[in-house]
Amino acid sequence: MAATGRPIQLFRNLNAKIAAIPMMLTAVVIFFGCSVWTIVYSFTNSKLLPRAKFVGLDQYERLWSANRWLISIENLFIYGILSLIFSLLIGFVLAALLDQKIRFEDTFRTILLYPFALSFVVTGLVWQWLLNPEYGVQAVVRSMGWESFTFDPLYTADIAIYGVLIAGLWQGTGLVMCLMLAGLRGIDEDIWKAARVDGIPMWKTYLFIVIPMMRPVFITTIVIIASGIVRVYDLVVAQTSGGPGIATEVPAKYVYDYMFQGQNLGQGFAASTMMLLSVSIVIIPWAYLEFGGKRRG
Amino acid sequence: MAGPRGPRPRRRFSRRNIFIYGTLIVVSVYYLLPLYVMIVTSLKGMPEIRMGNVFAPPVEVTFAPWVKAWAEACTGLNCDGLSRGFWNSVQILVPSVVASIIIASINGYALANWRFKGANLFFTILIIGAFIPYQVMIYPIVIVLREIGLYGSLWGLVMVHTIFGMPILTLLFRNYFTSVPEELFKAARVDGAGFWAIYFKIMLPMALPIFVVAIILQVTGIWNDFLFGVIYTKPENYPMTVQLNNIVNSVQGVKEYNVNMAATILTGLVPLAVYFVSGKLFVRGIAAGAVKG
Repeated sequence: MAATGRPIQLFRNLNAKIAAIPMMLTAVVIFFGCSVWTIVYSFTNSKLLPRAKFVGLDQYERLWSANRWLISIENLFIYGILSLIFSLLIGFVLAALLDQKIRFEDTFRTILLYPFALSFVVTGLVWQWLLNPEYGVQAVVRSMGWESFTFDPLYTADIAIYGVLIAGLWQGTGLVMCLMLAGLRGIDEDIWKAARVDGIPMWKTYLFIVIPMMRPVFITTIVIIASGIVRVYDLVVAQTSGGPGIATEVPAKYVYDYMFQGQNLGQGFAASTMMLLSVSIVIIPWAYLEFGGKRRG
Repeated sequence: MAGPRGPRPRRRFSRRNIFIYGTLIVVSVYYLLPLYVMIVTSLKGMPEIRMGNVFAPPVEVTFAPWVKAWAEACTGLNCDGLSRGFWNSVQILVPSVVASIIIASINGYALANWRFKGANLFFTILIIGAFIPYQVMIYPIVIVLREIGLYGSLWGLVMVHTIFGMPILTLLFRNYFTSVPEELFKAARVDGAGFWAIYFKIMLPMALPIFVVAIILQVTGIWNDFLFGVIYTKPENYPMTVQLNNIVNSVQGVKEYNVNMAATILTGLVPLAVYFVSGKLFVRGIAAGAVKG
């Protein structure tokens, strides 16, 4: 590095700076540099190889007129909103139940959380099997006498995304439950005593006192779930491969298919830039709330 | 067991308790069912699977599907089962975990105890970067890896895992080292200890719990990765998750559900073992790493 006018400033804590070089490189080259590179090349007509021939918003126009992309977005919305609502709801209720000073808390918590240790590929395959109409839930219910019972979400285009949702929730609610439990444990016992003395029913205490107090936990949880939702890829690949037809396509899969199989890099870059944009909408307000207001050292 | 103390509750079968335990038991059954079905299916022969339902226990227990999944199932051109993927995953896992934790612990230490100018800027980019969809960065990384000659190799994937593990691990270590009493650090400085001496002699011995948490997070995360494995390695280097998906979702041939389920369990075994052995730490790690922010 070239010597500057004030070498003392640069060489202060030299060891610390050298030690932090991998972090700086990652932050600047990978996280910042690579993202900017992709955004820039999303305005080119790169096909098999990236090339710097700029075509303005062409790729984006093509993207938003592609039926497959529109379905991907629709699926992401359905999957995302429902999985956010249900995982928060189920996660919180389960955490509240576990927080009642019960016996076997560890056992229950272990059972609820173990799916989180499994990969999305494993989760997807298991649920593909369970939802298989010939052998799975449908067949079992039919064999018990309800001959007309139909439950084959993965084979019906209109509802296939809900089949993916079932698997996603099974895998992810345990983590939400854990985060919520950590949040609940952070609430002062005295709050509960005071509420009981005042004769406030339990559900009201949760709804109007405890949940508002857990706002930071909720925000962090929502950010974690939301950024995971946008990335959802493995689960769909393993469970449905995007089918039947294109019924369970998601943006992450669209990006992958265009970049590595469709030989249409420009389209992939444009689609991934849209993904970045949607994440930014969630992250920027959060980052501002978290780091913007109060600077801490 | 450190249960609740004080006088024993008078009514054990109150309506409240029945409601709580009833709900938890029903929910637990639901969560355990897929695991049960996986195990049961993997122990049946194909004729039995075609006849019975998925929840029925096996009439004749057979371990043939397990053997086939491990050593004989075909993925693409190779027919040596998941064993190849397993060893690939191990070869990817060990250096990635070691490298990412060494780098992140030193980063966290530098950030927490040696606040130098500009460090916060890099740290902020790093943390925000953790939320950027991978899809935005995967192609430029392909180019970078190709330029340095690591594309398709196991080492390229190790590098990618090390990079993407950095934000969360650095955050964990930084938060942990920030909570170490400052007097300790100052006393060491007065005694003339430098950057590395303080790291090795004071911080490292104190940081054991956070190291365990970091190891758990990285082992489960890297083992379960699919996207990076499929993009940055060639078929002979595919990690286990990618191989599993290829075995199960291959289009040709009759679907052997028992082999598929055995393969699925085999792939899930490592993270599950980590999770069951270190369950409490895992929970604490997730909660601490995420809620603290």
